[in-house]
Formats: sequence, C-alpha cells, structure tokens
Amino acid sequence: MVKRIQNTLPVILSIFFAVFAWQLTVQWTQLPRFILPAPADVWSRFLKSLNDGSLIYHTGITLAEIVLGLLVGITFATVTGYALAKSRSLEKVLSPYLVASQAIPVVAIAPLLVIWLGDGILSKVVICALIVFFPVLVNTVVGVRAVPTALYDLMHSIRATRLQILLKLEVPASLPVLLGGLRIGATLSVIGAIVGELVDAEQGLGFLLQLGDFQYDTSMVFVAVFMLIALALALYGVVTLLERKFLKWQK
Amino acid sequence: MTTNPILTVQDLSVVFPDSNGGLNALENISFDVSPREFICFLGPSGSGKTTLLRVLANLLRPTSGRVHFIRHHRPRIGMVFQQASLMPWRSVLDNIKLPLELEGVGESKARKKSQEMIELVGLQGFEDSLPRDLSGGMAQRVGIARALIHDPDLLLLDEPFASLDALTRERMWMELSRIWQAKQKTVIMVTHSINESLFLADRVLVLTQRPGQIKLDVEVALPRPRKDDIRYTPHFGKLARKLREAIG
Ligand SMILES: Nc1ncnc2c1ncn2[C@@H]1O[C@H](COP(=O)(O)OP(=O)(O)O)[C@@H](O)[C@H]1O
Ligand SMILES: [Mg+2]
Repeated sequence: MVKRIQNTLPVILSIFFAVFAWQLTVQWTQLPRFILPAPADVWSRFLKSLNDGSLIYHTGITLAEIVLGLLVGITFATVTGYALAKSRSLEKVLSPYLVASQAIPVVAIAPLLVIWLGDGILSKVVICALIVFFPVLVNTVVGVRAVPTALYDLMHSIRATRLQILLKLEVPASLPVLLGGLRIGATLSVIGAIVGELVDAEQGLGFLLQLGDFQYDTSMVFVAVFMLIALALALYGVVTLLERKFLKWQK
Repeated sequence: MTTNPILTVQDLSVVFPDSNGGLNALENISFDVSPREFICFLGPSGSGKTTLLRVLANLLRPTSGRVHFIRHHRPRIGMVFQQASLMPWRSVLDNIKLPLELEGVGESKARKKSQEMIELVGLQGFEDSLPRDLSGGMAQRVGIARALIHDPDLLLLDEPFASLDALTRERMWMELSRIWQAKQKTVIMVTHSINESLFLADRVLVLTQRPGQIKLDVEVALPRPRKDDIRYTPHFGKLARKLREAIG
C-alpha cells in the first residue's frame, strides 16, 4: 500500500505540474483560445462531450477498431510466425515479401484501403491489423526459435503429441517474447486506428479530432488527443497485467 | 548375466552429414541389456555418448543397425539430461508431473504421484519452488523424479552430475543408487567419470574417441550398497586402472 502511494505520487505530481505550466503559458502568452485553450476550457469541453454522449460513442468506435484490429493482426501474425519459425523453406519464400511490405508505410496505403473497404469500421480494423502484424510476427518467430532444443528432446522422449508440444512447451516458452511484441503492437494499433480515421471517417476519435480542427474547436481536439493517450495507456496496462499474470516465473 | 536381455543393440552406426563426407559419431555398436541392469557408458567428450542415448530414446534415427526392445515395441523412456532441462515456468511439482499430464492421468492422481516422487528424491518443502531457485543438485533431483514418474521401462541418464561440485556429485551417486535399488529400473547412463561409473554400474562399457566404438565391456562385481570408502579397495583400484587404460 505504501509502495503503491510511493509509485503513484510522482505521477500525480508531474501531471499537476504539467497542467500548472500549461495554465501559466496560457496566461503569459495570451494566445487566442482557438490556438491554445486553457486547461479549464478543455475540462468543460470534456464534460460537455461526456454529457451529450458523443465522447463515449466516438471513443467506443475507436476502441472497437483497435481491439478488432489487434485480434485480427495478432491471430494472423502468430499463425504466420509459427509457420515461419517451423519451416525454413517457407521462410525463404515469404520473407522477401514480408521485408518489402515493411518498406511501405501504412500511412501511404491507408487511403487505398479506405477507397477499397469504405469509410466504415472495416478499413480501420484492417489498417490496425496491418500495423500490428509485423512486430508480433517477428517476435513470434524469435520466441518460437528460442525454445531450447533440450526441452523438445524432453517432450519427444515422453512421446508428446504435436499439440502437446505446442500447448505445454512452445506457447509458454515463447510467451515472454510474444508479449514483448504485443506491447509494441498495442501502442501501434492506436496509431493505426487514428491514421485510418483521419483519412476518412464519420465516427471515432480521429473524426472528432478532425471535426474540432475544421470548426476551430481546439478544446475538442485536446479532448480527443487526451482520450487517445488514455486508450494507449490502457492497452499498455492490459499488456502489463498479462505479463504480471503469465510471467511471474521470470522474476 | 544369463537372464534374457530386454534390449539388444546391433551394429548401430550414426553418421552426421557434413561437408567432407559425413562425421562418424558411432560405429558398429552392439550390446545387450538385462532387466534391472545398471549400465554405464564411459567415454571422453565427443565419443558419441549423447548420440547413443538419443538413438535409444528414439530421438534420432540411426544411420544403420537396429535397436530392439524385447518386451515392448515402443518402451516408455525416462530421460535425465546433462543440464536438468526443467521448464522454468513450472514449479518443482508441476515439472515432475509433466509426463503424467501428457499421458492424460487425472490431476489429483498425478499430484499424488508427484508428491511421492518428491519424497523419493528428498525435495519435500520445495513443491512450489521455481527452477530458478534451485541449486544444481536439486534441479537434477527434479529431473530424476520427472524421469521416473511414469514408471519407464528404461531410464537414460546423460552425464546428469557433470555440472555439479564434487561433494554434491558424490551425494547424488548415493541417492541414485538408493533410488535405483528401490525402483528396480533398467538404467543406461553415460559419463566421462571413471569413479562415477564404478560407484554406480553393474557393467561399464568404454567408448573410444570418435568414431565411438565399444572398446571394453567389464562387469563391476563390487558389493552394494557402495560406500565412499569402496574406492580404496584393491578391486576398485584394479577396475579403475583397467578403464583408465582403455580410455587411452
Ligand atoms: N546433430 C548433430 N549434427 C552434427 N554433428 C553432431 C550432432 N550431434 C553430435 N554431433 C557430433 O557427433 C560427435 C559425438 O557427439 P556427442 O554424442 O554429443 O558426444 P558426447 O556426448 O560423448 O560428448 C561430436 O563430434 C559431435 O560434434
Ligand atoms: Mg554429451
């Protein structure tokens, strides 16, 4: 408990000072509100959008895109990664394409995907999945390849089936590296969703961001940005919780 | 011994492919194993000891020759590795339980059996410890318990005590002798230690430097249980000298 307080106190203090510095900047520079709103403006805008339900609605949309994108991306990445780790020949065939695909920034093909898949949720989910795919794939390959051969010998000596080797050896042994990939992927997925929404969308935090921009409602832009930060932190927290739960043995 | 063998190995050879025509790891290995016999293969490193155990455990297909188990087509194997090879994410008890889990034994029965094995190897109180918290000797005890829990037909040990300090190693010899006598298992162990082979085995087979061939096959007719002072007896000394000369 004391430890908890010791850990969170510096965070609270630093947030407090950041807001304070922000307020001072607003007062000293006397910039117009549509350029730099005061903390209080952003707060009241936040409450307003919370009360009329719009903030929850748009955050929910973005969250759904992120979660679906993560699920799809992780599923494809781990399956492909496992196959690559297991088959050198498959790796030879596929890896040039995979590496080449990384040369294309997702931002560059996002408009294409929106044209092909429409301005709804689907195109954002796909963009998210694409951006999450590579780091999770790489970590899956690395993690599965790092499973000690002695443990494979052990499993074979007691006649483990393929499925038992997967579930009782490969998954737990590669989990630390895999969760490391997920940590990167979770952060990237937020970027993926926003990139998609900024291209074209009728809903979501990216849409709110752009709407605020068009209407010189800078407080709205700030609210949307803070919500994005909160989403990214929450996802990061989920990964950390998973690590705490599954990697206790790691020290 | 005149009992019928439970395992015969005939003209076993293993060649690993390499750039210049293949590396002969084992050449024309033949031997029989009697039930409940404790056999040691003694050889310098690189003589193919691990390769031999991998063939016996069906982890590696020999290039030629055959391994024939008389009673079972596919015997149950318990294997103890040079580095204990525990799963770092599993507790002591869960590591020991693994073979039963794979066989689909019910959880409560498996736990009960694991607890018995923990007592057999003297690890009471460490059931929930993780491998990272164990000393080398304790880790090998877990390895031995895991290798015995599913009541294997053949126990294979690959230099299990090589990485332990001398005192711990000798204590583990006593432990292993005791366990072997309690469990009545057929054991094949490989080692590069003459003392270890003479303390433990009924029979020692000496493997030559690459390619591994059997150079000597001697009975160790020392009384059991063998205590530390057995090494000062003339018989022990004579056998040790004989083995020493065979290794070259
Ligand atoms: N998988 C393998 N591929 C190629 N060469 C191997 C392989 N395993 C072992 N060898 C070689 O075979 C020889 C015997 O190895 P090993 O059985 O490990 O000997 P030991 O256990 O007696 O030290 C060594 O020269 C080793 O380099
Ligand atoms: Mg070896």
